Amino acid sequence: MDKTWNNRAWFMVLPVLVLVAFNAIIPLMTVVNYSVQETFGDNVFFFHGVGWFQDVLQSDRFHAALMRSLSFTAIILAIEVPLGVAIALTMPGKGFWASVCLVLMALPLLIPWNVVGAIWNIFALPDIGLLGRLLNGMGFEYNYTRQPGDAWFTLILMDVWHWTSLVVLLAYAGLSSIPDAYYQAARIDGASRWAVFRFIQLPKMKRVLTIAVLLRFMDSFMIYTEPSVLTGGGPGNATTVLSIDLVKVALGQFDLGPAAAMSIIYFLIILLLSWIFYTLMMRNEEQ
Amino acid sequence: MSENTAVAAGTTVASTSVAATRARSASGSRLGWLVPTLYIVFLMVPIYWLLNMSFKTTNEILREFTLYPHAFTFANYHEILTNPVWYNGYLNSIAYVSINTVISIVAALPAAYAFSRYRFLGDKHLFFWLLTNRMAPPAVFALPFFQLYSALGLFDTHIAVALAHCLFNIPLAVWILEGFMSGVPKEIDETAYIDGYSWPRFFVKIFMPLIASGIGVTAFFCFMFSWVELLLAKTLTAVEAKPIAAVMTRTASASGYELGLLAAAGVLTIVPGAIVIYFVRNYIAKGFAMGRV
Repeated sequence: MDKTWNNRAWFMVLPVLVLVAFNAIIPLMTVVNYSVQETFGDNVFFFHGVGWFQDVLQSDRFHAALMRSLSFTAIILAIEVPLGVAIALTMPGKGFWASVCLVLMALPLLIPWNVVGAIWNIFALPDIGLLGRLLNGMGFEYNYTRQPGDAWFTLILMDVWHWTSLVVLLAYAGLSSIPDAYYQAARIDGASRWAVFRFIQLPKMKRVLTIAVLLRFMDSFMIYTEPSVLTGGGPGNATTVLSIDLVKVALGQFDLGPAAAMSIIYFLIILLLSWIFYTLMMRNEEQ
Repeated sequence: MSENTAVAAGTTVASTSVAATRARSASGSRLGWLVPTLYIVFLMVPIYWLLNMSFKTTNEILREFTLYPHAFTFANYHEILTNPVWYNGYLNSIAYVSINTVISIVAALPAAYAFSRYRFLGDKHLFFWLLTNRMAPPAVFALPFFQLYSALGLFDTHIAVALAHCLFNIPLAVWILEGFMSGVPKEIDETAYIDGYSWPRFFVKIFMPLIASGIGVTAFFCFMFSWVELLLAKTLTAVEAKPIAAVMTRTASASGYELGLLAAAGVLTIVPGAIVIYFVRNYIAKGFAMGRV
């Protein structure tokens, strides 16, 4: 759609701008402020330059946490996006059963995140949890509070349980926007199931899938509440992703300087990756 | 004669479209229903386990492993619904979530309209900047938020949490609404102006009904993200506005592990979400299809 040039449109954007800026810029400036200062207590601060940034960027602890976050996000995207698309393709297209599916599938999305963590914390316990009992009964030595591998397995299973429905909802929305005429044309042409998916359904889902990937990327990279309730970052540091590490540094040790520097680096990473996604998405749309 | 042909043609079209729909849902194989069914079972099992525990006594949960409650009890629910510490948690959560949803949508409507209809200085940068706030990890902002809202004297009020949640809900609302609004042809605006409508009157009387399902979908997402967020809500409240999810964490540490009680509280946190989904279920299906979301 061709848009008219009108700078007065700024007045319509103003309320949003004020509300978001109030919440974003002031706290962000506080963080920036901490990130360049050193303190010996008693609220006496002095300038520390980029020292904290150097410390954080060179610390093995930060690298390890960053790697955990990136691996987690990569695994989550690799499982949830294809699975969500597959479910959206196979679920009923419309009618009563489609509504039933949508309502049931959306349920995990509306559970507070710490409750999600708590549900899985108990559900996976080897002694009183159904999942833990089941796996041990099948002969696996499963104990997510002791073995790092099991902790990761549980964490990923929990996230798949929690968030795949978002991909399903978005993919379903993309599919519903395809007119029946397209399918009829495909039938007349004798297109195979795969061809229908590849040349009709996938292109029509492109935009919603980009949104799905973007949302899942941001949220899984920022994930805090669920793993902190489920495993608390443990066993050891096995599931200490960036956000958990950050809170440990900021509130556990009260090292405000390093924590602030870490926050900013963390934010910049998300910003950079999201900007790449966003640019690609916009370029696709203009074509 | 020609009428009959037309009717016949009509039926053919109708039956092919039904066939096409069916072809899609069957996904080329007879076992197509299996995938969503298995997925839903996978989703329901942990929720069943929670429900199961909520009807047990903590003793039964800890002492033996049972697939259904043997000593069925409503005591956990009774405790929650009669103890003000618990039920106030629910009221607090519902209060700030509702305030946030209203603020987000009211502020986002004109902004989304501006983004969908006009080009203005710095519009693309502004749009991306708004989105970046959806990307700010709440863990980063917890402490500064506490200081900011304490300084304003808003600490431990519903409005503080509602405003803080605007950080991520307004960008999302603008994003979703912009998609829906771009789907409405611009000619409608122009016709309305020619007919002598002022902008506010046009917006409320003509434009908003056209994107009603978009507003429904947006409200759903704002409600959802505000309801499930805990880190900021917990940081900004102490007693008066404490959300239910935070009441749960505190009780967990204060009175040992009252698992039955926690499970019942967990089940009750699912209820408002389930109600909201039930009401917007048709909007989700229809609304998503109409907008570009």
